Formats: sequence, structure tokens, C-alpha cells
Amino acid sequence: MIDIKNLNLKQIRDGLQNKSFKAIELTETYLNEIDKAKALNAFITVTPDKAISMAKESDNRISKNESRNLEGIPLSIKDLYCTKNVRTTAGSKILKNFIPTYESTITNNLWSDGCVMLGKLNNDEFAMGSSNETSYFGPSINPWKRKNDDMPLVPGGSSGGSAVAVSGSLSAATTATDTGGSIRQPASFTGTVGMKATYGRCSRWGVVAFASSLDQAGPITKTVVDSAIMLKSMAGYDVKDSTSIDLSVPDYETNINKNIKGKRIGIPGEYKIKGLDADIEKNWEDGISWLKSEGAEIIDISLPHTKYALPAYYIIAPAEASSNLARYDGVRYGERVHRKDLDEMYSDSRSDGFGEEVRRRILMGTYVLSAGYYDAYYLKAQKTRKLISNDFDNAFNTVDAIMTPTTPTTAFNIGKKFDDPVTMYLNDMLTVPVNMAGLPAISIPSGLDKDGLPMGLQLIGKRFGEDDLFSIGSVIEDCRGTFPNPAQWWIEK
Amino acid sequence: MSIDEKIVKKIATLSRITISENEITKLSSELNSIIKWVEQLNEIDTTDVVPMTSNVNNTLHLRKDVISDGNIVDDILSNAPMTEDGFFLVPKVIE
Repeated sequence: MIDIKNLNLKQIRDGLQNKSFKAIELTETYLNEIDKAKALNAFITVTPDKAISMAKESDNRISKNESRNLEGIPLSIKDLYCTKNVRTTAGSKILKNFIPTYESTITNNLWSDGCVMLGKLNNDEFAMGSSNETSYFGPSINPWKRKNDDMPLVPGGSSGGSAVAVSGSLSAATTATDTGGSIRQPASFTGTVGMKATYGRCSRWGVVAFASSLDQAGPITKTVVDSAIMLKSMAGYDVKDSTSIDLSVPDYETNINKNIKGKRIGIPGEYKIKGLDADIEKNWEDGISWLKSEGAEIIDISLPHTKYALPAYYIIAPAEASSNLARYDGVRYGERVHRKDLDEMYSDSRSDGFGEEVRRRILMGTYVLSAGYYDAYYLKAQKTRKLISNDFDNAFNTVDAIMTPTTPTTAFNIGKKFDDPVTMYLNDMLTVPVNMAGLPAISIPSGLDKDGLPMGLQLIGKRFGEDDLFSIGSVIEDCRGTFPNPAQWWIEK
Repeated sequence: MSIDEKIVKKIATLSRITISENEITKLSSELNSIIKWVEQLNEIDTTDVVPMTSNVNNTLHLRKDVISDGNIVDDILSNAPMTEDGFFLVPKVIE
């Protein structure tokens, strides 16, 4: 048995290369763990046959010294990435039988580097949610629980399954996507590292669209180095995505430099919001003293329009979503409700195929884009977005990176916030501004709160400043010390 | 501004989403609470601000105008709920 619980991606890569274990043994160990972890509901589809055949190919290449960069590393993929001949649902009923005939650019990059696919991961329907509870396939469950409390907790969202699969050691790493915090918030809730790349760094081609001007991909991993390794494979220019940037991808792993003497770290006062947990505020202060002790310069900064990012987001994201989701018409793909009249067929198919939150956001988006309201809402939100982006530009004149908490609270009970859309939206308060400005940001596990739940610190970088985030993130990781694994309560005996 | 039941019905029609009569009241109140919350944006003066439409400042890449695929009818139709003779099938539109 390979002790996958205590191995990170880098160690797995090294273990495969120095032949401590075979790709097939490794893959079978993961598949076995996945099988025992049904209670976590992290997977929508497991692909054991594909995994085994890919692992055999990897062993074959390793034995012939023809290894590719990530040969034999078992990954799982958020079910928002289209995978050729493997069902891709986006967590929605309307796509429950959708089988793409093409591969997303990012997953194609990963397979070309030799990774092995274990399966497709649970997420909020069309990535719209902060708790994984809007998934048609039921919520994924956080591997972490409060001390002396058996209540199941949400893993965060929308990339809930991606965070659970790493936290519960069901995959060496996973892919995720982030429109308003969907990588960083679940990473923070599950004690994992979540990186959202700069807008344009990773291709969006073949990733089911939610809000195209905000959507960006990234990995969830156990460590910062793992995140650097994954991003290098995922990122890159793609002619098929007109917003992807034609810029070479640095070797993030070798560029990690733990000497952060003289690095200027901005601390924005506006992120000290009402409702920020006392433990999280304390943890933020710990983070500040860690970086100070390593020689970084801490600078108080102001991002004055921070509080307006979330309301502006809840105009822009639904507006783009209402447009993107117009394609689900029951004609070319997706579920259809059969009716004699064409309009009735459209409306009933969409009503039946979309869940409550998705319908609400489509209606909201249609409203803010409709004649008579466009200027008051959509245009106003786009102008606000400019001010938010300017705030960051000004701050980056004086700092190299910004540090904040990732979320105002730690993981909450399943069902807790479901009845009130606005309260649920507040979860993304500290993550949304980054998407509005298209910046890279990473969440790093930084401690446990009084209940024993993971907390995360967010580092925000300059456009294409991922290198800095990996370097400073590694320092936070070192200062924090070893991060524990959750107790494996989910394993069926 | 507030979203009354008449507006809910109108945007549901525009969105091609069927909603039942008993959902309308609930949706109207939920959408109103979201709208009321986003209206805090009116606190900001945006008179001379240029709206931000993209995060990307690069000019779009041009490519040669050539056919890069084709003969994939089966692929295109493979997920369609109803097809016939290489076409998507929809309910009768013209009487």
C-alpha cells in the first residue's frame, strides 16, 4: 500500500521517477480510496477504466525512460471541463447526459504531460454557488468536522468536489475554476492550496462558461509547490480562446524564491469587514508577523471601493450568465422536455433542466440587461468595476503583493445559509474584487480556528505576478508549519 | 426600482423559463431583495468613469480565414435530443 494520505504531488512525481512505486499501483490505490469515500460525494463520475489504461501507458513510458513532465500523476477534473467521451455535467440536470466529443485545452495540456484521469468532480450547478449545495448531484461534504461536533459541513463552492478530493487524499491534485472565489473559498474551507491564475493565463476553451469576463481556471493542491507544478502544465496561450494571453509560461516551480527580504506586502484596511471571525482576524495578524520576521515590508494600503465589488459582481456575473446559458435550448444538446410548441419546449426544457439558483441568476441577468434598466444597473456595475480595478492598480504602485483573509468565516453547516441568497453571496466578499480586476490570487492554509477548522490567507498579485505569490506563499507555508490531514471518518469499514 | 409580478413574468418570458403562478411572489421578493442590495452602488459617483468591458488589454489576434475542420456531422449531432437525416429536429414552427 502506498501511503497517499501523506504524499503531495511533488513527492508522487519523484516516487514515480525513482521507481519507488508504479503508476498503476498508485492509480489503483486512489481508485480504492475514492470507492471508500462515497460519503464525501466528491465525484460525479469516476473513470476507472480510463485511469488504468492511462496509468499503464505511463508505466510503459517510465520503463522506457520516455517520461513526460507529470508522467503517471493521478488527477481529477472539475465537471465543468469538457472531457472527450466522458460525461460532463457542470453539476446540472440539463447536462446530465452530455458527452463532449472534444477535450478542453487545459485537460488536454495535462494529459499531454502524462497525467492520469481518475474522474470528474462535483461542483455547484454551472459554478453558481458558494457551498456546493446547488449541484444537481447533491452536495459534496467537507472532510473536516468541528471538534466534538458531528454536523456535516459544506466544503465551499463552487469547486467543492475539487477541494474535497485533495483534502481527503482522493487525488494528487485537481483542476478547478474561479469566477468570484470558487477556487479560493473551498480551498480555505478544506485546508488546501487554491490558485486562481491571472485572467487570460489559462485557456477557457472547452470549460463550460458561467461569466466569461470573470471565469479563470487554476489548480487545487496540498502544497504551494504542487500548485506551481500544476499551473505550469495548465497555463499557456491558446488560439481557441481570444482572451488568452500570448506570453510564455515561467517555470513557476524553479522560480520559487523564499528570500522575501524587502518584498512589500500591502494590508488593505477595507478587508477588516464587519462579520470577520475573530480567529481569522488573529490569523491574519499571525501572517503579517510571519512575513515581517522573514524581512518583508508591511504597508497599510487602501482599496476604497472594496465594498462595492460584490454588488457590482451580482449584476455583471448574472448578466453574462443569462447570455451564456441561452445556448441550453433543448435542441442541440442537453435535456429536452417534449412539447408541441417550440417556445413551450424551450421554456419547459430550461425550467426543468436548471435548478433554483441558476434560474434566479438568469432572471436577474435578463432584468439588468433589459431595455430601460441597462444603464441603471449593468453600465453602473461596469463603471464600478473600473474603479475597483483602478484601486488595485494604485496599490500595486507601492506594493508587490496584497495579503488578506480568504473568507470571513470558516466552513458552515450544510443547509445553514440556503434560504437567503444575499447572505450566501457575502461569503465571496473578500475574493470577488480579484476577479473584477482579473488578478491572480492564491489561498494558503494558515491555521485552524478554535473549532479545529481550517482557515486560509489570500495573497493577491499583480497581473501575471504568479511567481511572487508562489514565493510568498511558500514562506507562509514554512512559517505555519506542517498542516494536519482531516480524520478519515468517511471510510466505510 | 422594484420588480413587481408583472416584471417577473416579463423577464421569465424573455429568459424562456417557465415559472408557475405560486413561484412568482417568492421570486419577486427574492429578486427585489437582491436589487435593493445592489442599489448601494448609487452611493458612488461614476459620472466620468469609462465602463470596464474587459480584463484584457491586448488586441485580438487575427488568423487566416481557412477551414480548419469539417465532416463532423455525427459529432455535432451526437448530443442532440432528436435528430433526423443529419438535422436537428424541433417541433413544427410554420403551420
